[in-house]
Amino acid sequence: MNITQGIKMAMSSILTNKLRAFLTMLGIIIGVSAVITLVSLGQGSTKQVTEQVQGLGSNLITVTITGRGSQTSLDYEDVMKLNEKSAIEAVAPVISQNVTVKHGNKNEDVSVEGTNAEYESVRDFHVQTGRFLLPIDVEYRQKVALIGTSTATDLFGLTDPVGQTVLINGNPFKIVGLLEEKGSSMGGSNDEKLLIPISTAERVFATKGVRNVYIQAKTPEEVDLAVSQLETELAKKFRGDEDSYRVFNQQDILESVESVTGIMTLMLSGIASISLLVGGIGIMNIMLVSVTERTREIGIRKAIGAKKRDILIQFLIESIVLSGIGGIFGIIVGIGGALLVGSITNIDVAFSLNVIWLAFGFSVIVGVFFGIFPANKAASLKPIEALRFE
Amino acid sequence: MAIMNPLIEIEDLSKLYQMGDETLKALDDVSLSVNKGDFVAIIGPSGSGKSTLMNMLGCLDVPSKGNYWLDGQKVNKMSDNQLAEIRNQKIGFIFQGFNLLPKLTAFENVELPLIYRKVPGKERKELALASLEKVGLADRVHHRPIELSGGQQQRVAVARALVGNPPILLADEPTGALDTKTGNEVLELMHHLNEQGHTIVLITHDLDIAKRAKRIIRIQDGKLFEDGGDFL
Ligand SMILES: Nc1ncnc2c1ncn2[C@@H]1O[C@H](COP(=O)(O)OP(=O)(O)OP(=O)(O)O)[C@@H](O)[C@H]1O
Ligand SMILES: [Mg+2]
Repeated sequence: MNITQGIKMAMSSILTNKLRAFLTMLGIIIGVSAVITLVSLGQGSTKQVTEQVQGLGSNLITVTITGRGSQTSLDYEDVMKLNEKSAIEAVAPVISQNVTVKHGNKNEDVSVEGTNAEYESVRDFHVQTGRFLLPIDVEYRQKVALIGTSTATDLFGLTDPVGQTVLINGNPFKIVGLLEEKGSSMGGSNDEKLLIPISTAERVFATKGVRNVYIQAKTPEEVDLAVSQLETELAKKFRGDEDSYRVFNQQDILESVESVTGIMTLMLSGIASISLLVGGIGIMNIMLVSVTERTREIGIRKAIGAKKRDILIQFLIESIVLSGIGGIFGIIVGIGGALLVGSITNIDVAFSLNVIWLAFGFSVIVGVFFGIFPANKAASLKPIEALRFE
Repeated sequence: MAIMNPLIEIEDLSKLYQMGDETLKALDDVSLSVNKGDFVAIIGPSGSGKSTLMNMLGCLDVPSKGNYWLDGQKVNKMSDNQLAEIRNQKIGFIFQGFNLLPKLTAFENVELPLIYRKVPGKERKELALASLEKVGLADRVHHRPIELSGGQQQRVAVARALVGNPPILLADEPTGALDTKTGNEVLELMHHLNEQGHTIVLITHDLDIAKRAKRIIRIQDGKLFEDGGDFL
């Protein structure tokens, strides 16, 4: 007896009892589809988060000042001195405020960030038309602004925003550049904002001092060095009070995202193995029932020359086909489920062919593992006793 | 061995069943030889050991003691797998209850022994169709057993027994589940097969049926007697 013959036999035997076969497969279907749905959503959202973190810019370090006593911020000049550290490539301090921006009769609440020219390279955020902020803008407190794509459409519709004027807190600002579209990253949308020179922002917002600084390390290898240089400097400034400031680096965030993903994958594998185990027991159970029901069939087959091996293969193929079809259904349901949940919750879905193969492979292995015992039981029946079975 | 080997040769063969403290001798030191082309009827009352003997001859069960040569091969010491092969190659079974697989069509039932013999599909199909034709069921090839009459089912079983062209056909009360008319048809078919050279061992408790065989062997309490025919 060959494999094709065996699969044909298995299929016809499965098809004679469709409902039972379906119920038997259900455990596998649920297990496999749960894994695929959860993993696809998990990997999708991990990818989303990773992209957002990376969207902040490369080799990025963020410094946030929370303050100590009366000192709650840093001077712009002090911040810019950080640039002299060996591992630091560029420094972009940011003062931000949510304000209402006006153009004609249109009002938009957006975040206005005061920063300098280095913001472009630090955040890897460029203009698509016009120009970026220049050092000279900061030096002379120019009333110029860059506009994010969403805000531009909101205020100007299809008109080119470059060259237009908006009112920020009543002050007219000339728009000199349209920012590229960046989507959202950690800390909100990048496309609903205005960038203005930091010196101008201090005036317009009537604040002094910087509380957020984006810093770019020279190379990925130097990120750790840059962080320690920053920490040394900040500790000096705040007299060793480590609670007055926080230094984040993008790598840390990525690593923690990865470790969360790792834990999640582990948990999912746990769920998967439990449900596949349950599914496997279901298959074994039905196969044992089937062996008993078909004792006479086994007797007849042996009487006309089936060897132990032939019967073993027949039942083994049957349980593998059961679990394999369950696995295929599970993959279909899992992909469908992931797409559905993804579209409802707006989470990205990332299908991994590896996971799909793995899930299918596992369901087949379950079929082998839980089919061996019933198949062996069938194969070991004595022909004479099997034939006498009523 | 001699040139004229008997097809079946059993020698001092016993089958014992242990029932608690008692030992039941279902076959008690029996010896028998059957030549090629023979038509042997084995007759005896219920419980006399007919089916036990048939199971021995058909290598479905192993004797407790004694020797058995089938077509020149000593089979009483063979492994399960070797016995399966012997059953597949040398023996065609015809059972009282037909023993067809209910989910398979007549054709699929008939080709089954060839599947286990690993005959390729095309040849298998030809042989199975030829065999069904031989028993007059060429027009019932795709019927399932449930869609066939008792006589037709038994003819499918005969076709299945014949398909591998085994040297021996073993029939255990092949007409037991049939009415006299269809039973006679099946018997005629078997006589016809015997004329074509098939060796047949037929088990029955019906003297009329036994009388039509070339040889009659009586079985009583696990012992065999061969005495010409008019012993009852
Ligand atoms: N597996 C078994 N265990 C114990 N005793 C058995 C077994 N099989 C058969 N026997 C006994 O062996 C004896 C012969 O049985 P067998 O089935 O060969 O009779 P038979 O001649 O075929 O009868 P019938 O005409 O009713 O089919 C009987 O007494 C029976 O009870
Ligand atoms: Mg009997």
